Amino acid sequence: MDNLVIAGKTYTSRLLVGTGKYKDFNETRAAVEASGAEIITVAIRRTNIGQNANEPNLLEVLPPSQYTLLPNTAGCYTLDDAVRTLRLARELLDGHSLVKLEVLGDPKTLYPNMVETLKAAEILIKEDFQVMVYTSDDPIIAKQLEDMGCVAVMPLASLIGSGMGILNPWNLQIIIDNAKIPVLVDAGVGTASDATIAMELGCDGVLMNTAIAAAKSPILMASAMRKAVEAGREAYLAGRMAKKLYSASPSSPPEGVIAQTEKITKRSASNKPR
Amino acid sequence: MIQLTINGQPQQFESPINVTQLVDHLALHGKRIAIERNGEIIPRSQFSEQLLIHGDQLEVVVAVGGG
Repeated sequence: MDNLVIAGKTYTSRLLVGTGKYKDFNETRAAVEASGAEIITVAIRRTNIGQNANEPNLLEVLPPSQYTLLPNTAGCYTLDDAVRTLRLARELLDGHSLVKLEVLGDPKTLYPNMVETLKAAEILIKEDFQVMVYTSDDPIIAKQLEDMGCVAVMPLASLIGSGMGILNPWNLQIIIDNAKIPVLVDAGVGTASDATIAMELGCDGVLMNTAIAAAKSPILMASAMRKAVEAGREAYLAGRMAKKLYSASPSSPPEGVIAQTEKITKRSASNKPR
Repeated sequence: MIQLTINGQPQQFESPINVTQLVDHLALHGKRIAIERNGEIIPRSQFSEQLLIHGDQLEVVVAVGGG
């Protein structure tokens, strides 16, 4: 069985999804179900004080008994905020230590601040968190995060929420080739083919939110993404054929073609490039 | 009279209260929340023991949708 193993725990789905930007909790739940994801990200935010005490709670819709919740530090621009947020998350989730660390550098691009991220990762690992870390697609930084003890590295494919797809497959390839821990593309996937390309490169998984939530039909897109990740994984395992500009290797037998076609194929064969 | 800052908002209380009383006061009893006091986590098991004092800064958080 081809499973994803993160921090010693086994998952059958290689698609991880976020839970933000849906129109209501019903849509969130339906999309998560259609995606087949087992790991779902949640954000940690101040609760409303005194207003609307009966507001529904996300964890009632997506219970921790059923899903592996991955609390994130989205919106944190300093290592201090990120570390405090994840300590709160661990308390909130009864000691659950698998977390997604991201320290942002700039509100316009949401590009990660890797200096702060490295420092935060070090503190969190010392405190026995299992850190899945959002990172730039710098292969050296990714390796440092692994050496430090992160349980997965999650390079961006393009900017968070941009839907621009896989902009630098070559860097991802280097990160994957170097890594002994799971590499998951996090951020930038826009449509199903992007997820497939990430998986064909050899990524261990893909994490996405906006590509599903901002689709016209999020539930249908969630289903498409599930298939795209599975297809990409199978293609990666199957090993693609080599690319050849001129193959002249038809799939059907060249002999016995009726009438005059034979003349054309003979002429073409003499023009074959070296 | 003591003043606490809860999620950035100042609130006055007649007398010192413990965290369990604060949670009841905020109508958050039985909700899945986590609380930080002056930058340190207050474990749920210590809610009834920890007495809040004037000037305490509290963060009360929940899980919400996010990516």
